[in-house]
Amino acid sequence: MSKMQDFMAWVDHRLPVTVTFEKHMSKYYAPKNFNFWYFFGVFSMLMLANQILTGVWLTMSYTPTAEGAFASVEYIMRDVELGWLLRYMHSTGASFFFLVVYMHMFRGLMYGSYQKPRELIWIFGMFIYLMLMAEAFMGYVLPWGQMSYWGAQVIISLFGAIPVIGPDLVEWVRGDFLISGITLNRFFALHVIALPLVIVALVILHILALHEVGSNNPDGVDIKKYKDENGAPLDGVPFHPYYTVHDLVGIVVFLFVFCFVLFFFPEGGGYFLEKPNFEEANPLKTPEHIVPVWYVGAYYTILRAITFDIGPINSQLGGVIAMGAAIAILFVLPWLDRSPVKSWRYKGLISRINLVVFAIFFALLTWLGTKPASGLYQILGQIGTVVYFAWFITLPYISKNEKTKPVPERV
Amino acid sequence: MKKLIAIVFAIMPVFAFAAGGSNVHLDDMRVDLEDKASLQRGAQVFANYCMGCHSTKFARYNRVAKDLGIPEDLMSENLIFAETKIGNLMEIAMRPEDSKKWFGATPPDLTLVGRVRGADWLYTYLRSFYADASRPYGVNNTVFKDVGMPHVLEGLQGKQVKGTAPVVVGFDPLTGQELTEDQDGVLFLEEAGQLNQKEFDVAVADLTNFLVYMAEPMALERQNMGYWVLLFLVILFIPVYYLNREYWRDIH
Repeated sequence: MSKMQDFMAWVDHRLPVTVTFEKHMSKYYAPKNFNFWYFFGVFSMLMLANQILTGVWLTMSYTPTAEGAFASVEYIMRDVELGWLLRYMHSTGASFFFLVVYMHMFRGLMYGSYQKPRELIWIFGMFIYLMLMAEAFMGYVLPWGQMSYWGAQVIISLFGAIPVIGPDLVEWVRGDFLISGITLNRFFALHVIALPLVIVALVILHILALHEVGSNNPDGVDIKKYKDENGAPLDGVPFHPYYTVHDLVGIVVFLFVFCFVLFFFPEGGGYFLEKPNFEEANPLKTPEHIVPVWYVGAYYTILRAITFDIGPINSQLGGVIAMGAAIAILFVLPWLDRSPVKSWRYKGLISRINLVVFAIFFALLTWLGTKPASGLYQILGQIGTVVYFAWFITLPYISKNEKTKPVPERV
Repeated sequence: MKKLIAIVFAIMPVFAFAAGGSNVHLDDMRVDLEDKASLQRGAQVFANYCMGCHSTKFARYNRVAKDLGIPEDLMSENLIFAETKIGNLMEIAMRPEDSKKWFGATPPDLTLVGRVRGADWLYTYLRSFYADASRPYGVNNTVFKDVGMPHVLEGLQGKQVKGTAPVVVGFDPLTGQELTEDQDGVLFLEEAGQLNQKEFDVAVADLTNFLVYMAEPMALERQNMGYWVLLFLVILFIPVYYLNREYWRDIH
């Protein structure tokens, strides 16, 4: 035995390194028919790593106080060696993280990756998404620009719509009577420690749950039905090396797009870094339009779509409920889809059209979130909200009753 | 009247409803961060006319000197006031409490104004002051209605007023001569300044160019690095692509 083998044997007696590597990489069989859409999971991991690494270095020069935050960000941009690169990697990374997560989620919708037996994977994924939104929101407050301040003001005041405890809750979240350095400081703590820990833990659970039942695929075929004499699925390939080298190709292409934006359009046309946020937070000066960053736009539109009172529920509380429901309903998706087949390739025409319409309207709602809620925008937002919920509500009936095509036995 | 036509300065239509809002027509300003001469002239205008009231407190003198190719001793002599060290942030002595009393609002820091407002806005705004006796400093602005700022560049530009004046509306298809038409709410010069119209536009363009540089001093470095990074990724793609193809050759 070579020295290396001796060493690994020594370690394996004490820590299951080889066994773990085999279980999750070299003997983890993934369907061999993964397509383009299966890159976005690994891209999400890449962006998570990017956010954590650049975040650590940003923390080294950032000052979490109302007096110093804005200046410290400019200090990073101007005086810290390559600080601008770290900052743009982090800010562009945030938008790209959401972009790839949305693609990853849409993949799940297309191929029914949330269906039995993968409900827990979907639930963990939804918790990651929820925590990611909280993480991004708090991170956006840290540069302490005008939109940081007023965005936080709008979002936190939403809690005030909750009956009875609302006003006290708002004060408790802010830690002050208004958004202040105290709020900034606690958001810093949550953004750099608490939420990243939770997100990493959830990602581990997401992957452990995935590796327990195995990956779905574009056909929604169960590859574990047919195995060779060694017990390896006939339609699967070991994740390592096949998908590691495969993902590497995707990663290089993805990085090309990422770096193109990062180096040439770091403001993302005012969507990644909003113009008013280059002005320091000023509690006495409200910006003309307070708009959230694009990735939470859909929920912001739904929040603003409720412009009328419903019985004892005023429009503000109604909006908060609608927004909460829009996120909550995603969690129960595995139980709303009653189709006997997983992939939309074998579902009926109505299911397929509905999913495309749903995706288009989600994109529309997202875009509307960055526009003022008035006139045509307001009406479109309300129509979009109805379509959003209608998709979920009609899903059980359509998926149960429509005629499906037979799913092949093999990939 | 003929002289008046000759010195008509701004031919942009001014919308009465749009003052201060985002609906004002903005003139096109071509930013060129490679034009060091323009940036240097802009820095000089900034130091002479703006820095009395406006700081750029997130930037340092020596960084500006380095980026714009100004020798440090020249920078210290001409662009930095009194006892300030070249490594200092570009702060000003005016106290915010005082300036608030004098102008109604504290003049904002201008380090990032290029990113907040954009080049076109700055270029148009700085050329859109006009005489208005109802304002404390006797001037108003078509881009930023009732702005507290006095027209500090009036000595260079001359006295601009808003009223009825001929505006070029097209060209005669036969002779190629300009066709003009009297329009209301047009800005034109009543008294000439030290610079003619063209020279003044260039001076403001230089200043705007400088402010855009100021807002993101590493912009050129960022783009240059970007080309190398993209080139690296293109080259990296080749072995990665063939590695993948080699492994998947036997999988069908």
